Parts: sequence; C-alpha cells; structure tokens
Amino acid sequence: MTNGKVITANKLTKKFGDFIATNAISFEVSKGEIFGFLGANGAGKTTAMRMLCGLSLPTSGEATVAGYDVYTSPDKIKQSIGYMSQKFSLYEDLTVKENMRFYGGIYGLSDERIKQKTQDVLQQLHMEASQNKLVKSLPLGWKQKLAFSVAIFHEPAIVFLDEPTGGVDPVTRREFWEMIYAAAQNGTTVFVTTHYMDEAEYCNRVSIMVDGKIEALDTPINLKKQFNANSMDEVFLQLARKAVRQAD
Amino acid sequence: MRTLKFLLQKEFRQIFRDPSIIRMILVMPVIQLILLPLAANFEVKNIHLAIVDHDHSSYTRQMINKITASGYFQLVGVNSNYTDAMHLVEKDEADIILEIPAQFERTLVKESEAPVFMAVNAINGTKANLGAAYLQNIIRNYNQDVRLQWLQMPHLNDQPRIEITTASWYNPHMSYQLFMVPGILAVLLTMVGAFMTSLNIVKEKEIGTIEQVNVTPIKKYHFILGKLIPFWILGLIVLTLGMLVARIVYGITPYGNMVTIYVFAMVYLLAVLGLGLLVSTYANTQQQSMLIAFFLMMIFVLLGGLYTSIDSMPDWAKTITKFNPVAYFISVIRMVVIKGSTLADISRQLLTVAGFAIFLNGWAVLNYKKRM
Repeated sequence: MTNGKVITANKLTKKFGDFIATNAISFEVSKGEIFGFLGANGAGKTTAMRMLCGLSLPTSGEATVAGYDVYTSPDKIKQSIGYMSQKFSLYEDLTVKENMRFYGGIYGLSDERIKQKTQDVLQQLHMEASQNKLVKSLPLGWKQKLAFSVAIFHEPAIVFLDEPTGGVDPVTRREFWEMIYAAAQNGTTVFVTTHYMDEAEYCNRVSIMVDGKIEALDTPINLKKQFNANSMDEVFLQLARKAVRQAD
Repeated sequence: MRTLKFLLQKEFRQIFRDPSIIRMILVMPVIQLILLPLAANFEVKNIHLAIVDHDHSSYTRQMINKITASGYFQLVGVNSNYTDAMHLVEKDEADIILEIPAQFERTLVKESEAPVFMAVNAINGTKANLGAAYLQNIIRNYNQDVRLQWLQMPHLNDQPRIEITTASWYNPHMSYQLFMVPGILAVLLTMVGAFMTSLNIVKEKEIGTIEQVNVTPIKKYHFILGKLIPFWILGLIVLTLGMLVARIVYGITPYGNMVTIYVFAMVYLLAVLGLGLLVSTYANTQQQSMLIAFFLMMIFVLLGGLYTSIDSMPDWAKTITKFNPVAYFISVIRMVVIKGSTLADISRQLLTVAGFAIFLNGWAVLNYKKRM
C-alpha cells in the first residue's frame, strides 16, 4: 500500500448520461482510520462507495483500494474488503450460523476457521442462543450488528459501511460504534457513510460531499474551527444548504 | 469448486425451507397433470341439435333415431318451424339446426334424392365444423342404408360402393390423454426450469443480497452455476414425478426408452434455465419477471403444438415454432412416449435444443454484470 494509504482516489468521476453523480473527488484514507463520508441524500456518496467496492465502473479518474487498481483488479479488491449496504443484505431465510458459514465459505475461509470464527462472533454479539434462528426473526438492531460482523467475518483490510445504523435505536447505535472501534483497533480501515452527526464526531476524519464534490475534508475538530461551528451538525447544514441538486 | 459447494448448500437450504417453492414444484405439476388432460379434450361430444321436421314421416323418424343413437348429439328440441329452432340457437341452447323439408319422404322415393338443410352456430369453429361433419356422415350412412334396401328392387341401378377401412398407428385407441399428458409434462418442466430460476435470481436483486454477493470475490460462473444446478435437479425431479403420475393415473408407460427422454430433458433443461437466467438479467423486480414469463409462456404454449397441430399453422407461425424450445420438447416426448422413437430419431431436435442452450446461456452470461 502506498505510504500506508489503503484507499486513494484521484479525480474519481462517475457520470450517468449527462448527470455527474460523483464529480472528480480526491482523497486518501490511512490504515486503521475511521473515515466518515457525509453528504445529503443524492450527494453521490453511495456512487463513490460503489466504485471503490468494484460494483460500479468509474467514468474517469483513478482510485486504488488496498493497493489494487479499481479498473484492473476488482476481484483482488473484493477479496480485501467487506461491504455492508444500505439495504439489509443477509439471507433472511437462513439462520445466523448459516449466513456466517455461507459468507465465510465464499471468501475462501477453511471449515476449521469458519467454525472458530463463528463461535467468536456469536460470543461477541451475545447471540449464542440465537445461532440457529432464522435471521428474519431477529430484531433490526441485532440484524445490523450481525450484518457488520458478517461483513468483517473474513477479516478484510477495509470495510465499507453504507448508512449502517439507519433506523436503529440509540443504544444499539452506540453498541454498533463500539464494534466499529474494536475493528479499527485491530487494524481494519472503516469507511462509513452516515446521516447522524453525532456519529460523524466519532470518526477520525470526515469528508462532506455536496452535489457530487467533496466540499470539506478534515478531522471533526478542525472542521468545526474552519466553519466556526459548535457541532458537526452546524458544519453539515452550512455546507448542505449550498446544494443545488434536489435530494432524491 | 469449494465456492460452488457453499453456493449450492445455501441454495438448497433456501429452496427446501420455503414451503411455497416445495408446493409449486411438487404439488402444482401433479395437480395439473391430473386435471388438465381430463378437461382439455378435443373430442366434440354433446352437440346440441335442434330438428325442424316438416315431414313427420317414417323416414325422418328413422333418420332422427340414427342421429341420436350415434352418441355425439343431444336433441334439444324437435320444432315445427325454423324460427323456434333459431330461437334456441340464439339462447345458445342449440349448436346445429337440421331442417327436414315437407314431402321429404315422397321426394326421396319418387326422385331418389331429397334435400335437407343444416344451419350451424359457428361461434366455436371447431365444434361447429366437427359437429357438421359428424352429422353429414350419419346422414350419408343413412342414405346408403336406404339405397341398400332399394337394391332389392330390380329396376334400380346397382350402387357401386367403395369401402374404406382405417388403421390408427401408434395410438390405436386414439386416446387423447396419451397425446396430452406428455405435452403438459413438457410445459411444466419449462415453467419450473425457466421461471423459477428467473424469479429466484430477481428476488435476490430485490432484497439486495445479490449486491452483497457481487462485492465478494465469487466468480460470475460460480454464481450462475450455483443458481442453475439446483433448478436443473428440480426439473428432473418434476419430470420423474410427472412420469409417475402418467403411469399411475393414466397407465401411460413410454413405448420408447426412458433414458432417451431423460437425455433430452437434461439438455432441454439447460436451454430453459438459460432462458430464465436471461430474463433475470433484464428484469429488476419479480413483477417484471412474472410478466415476461407470462408473455413467453402464452407464446410457447400456443405456438408449441400442445393444443393445436403445428402442421396446420400458417407458414409464418411455423417459422416461429422453429425458435420455440417447448415445441421441440413436446414433439420429442410424444415421439418417444407414443411412437417409441430412439435417440437417433430425435438427434436433430436434440442438437437444435443444445444449440438453444448454448445461445441462451451465452447471451445471459454476457449480459450478467457484476459491475454496472
């Protein structure tokens, strides 16, 4: 990885016809960092994230993830990342354990490793009693924590989280962030989008996207200084109000 | 290979956990095979006949007896005038009116010939045609009987007669079920193969799990094989079940070799699975996928030779049936079950369907993108 940078983006752009979803964004993320990726609905966050995950091909610009080029080595990138999308995406008709086994298996973990890891994760989540329950029977907060655990089940270098705490109660949100911190402590880089400004304060660095461009990028403390604001909420509102684009 | 194992394990778990899928795969074919061949029947029976008899002679009575004794006709009324009979047709109570003119017997005896008039309600063309043909046949026979009686009278000319005997090959009793059951089985297999697959994949698109899978290092061909193999196996299970129903309920055992049917079905399933995969790459919601399926299914069935003979279609429709995989399967399964055709006899169809399989799967694989 280039100088400890696990994600680099240089003028990364995605156009859908005339519409420029992501307009020449550039940034770098270091190993073990919790990088907050903020922006109003429709600002282009998800598009940018999908390009970095190899789900979407950039129109122009460059980007590397875990040292691999997004154009030429999407499969190498996929082996090194975990991803949790806005939509809940575990199999609801499989049990907790079966989901872990499936995702562990397709990332190439050995049976032994899957077994060990499953026990560890169940213990961390205090879900031993529910391991054979179908995922659809779990409360939303549990599901989200489970989805995160499954996203980092294969111990990826980077995990991408797209609004992971939408619709989750404050207590579970707090627990969720504790899990994110624990993952970062283990050296996993966390790339997270969110609409909750208190969560933005938890991030090491935050970028704020407006109309497809990154308008601000710094630590939460510096951003508050820069915009002469008391909270990230104010910083966000000052920037987001400049948006011309209609939210979707 | 290991990835595929995990994919298959997951797929089978989901299939066997979903009671509606089990119901669709096991119960639907059995019920359809039991109900449809009994109901969908081409033989025209119970034709409602109204007779307007202006003559009331012994000859007309004999003729009417002969008609009702044939078993195809139900006499709904003997009227004295045509308007009353027409009224029955208007109320949809009669299908055919036979009008016997006054002096019928006298004209017949005096001039050796006499006209009768037949009016047919042709709303249902098949019923009307067949009914009229049956009726003509009966009257012609009756005519012959009358002439034979007269032969004993020396002053009349001898009537030369040509007798035609027919032999029905392959289906000697002309059993309609022997014809329909294999055809319906072919359609069922198509539904399971093509539409269950596309619904299954599109469902993953809708829920969003496909995105989660796309972000893993799973290879495209792994994912596709992981989807196709389970439904290929289910298709063969449905075929086996269908064959059992055919044997138990209808006593139909293939005249040809069972292996021939399975070999063809294995290749055929690849083609329809490819179609399902292709539909899933275009459809984004289960509704879309259902609508496409419904549209295709109508064409497949109506232009597949299940109910109507392909030979009697216009040329443009015959051309379309050449691109209809269902038409090949229907024709092959009938050939093997009824006629006992061998693998060599169906090799042309087998190769064509293999071609479909390569074309449809190739197109689907090209169109299936892990990355937008």
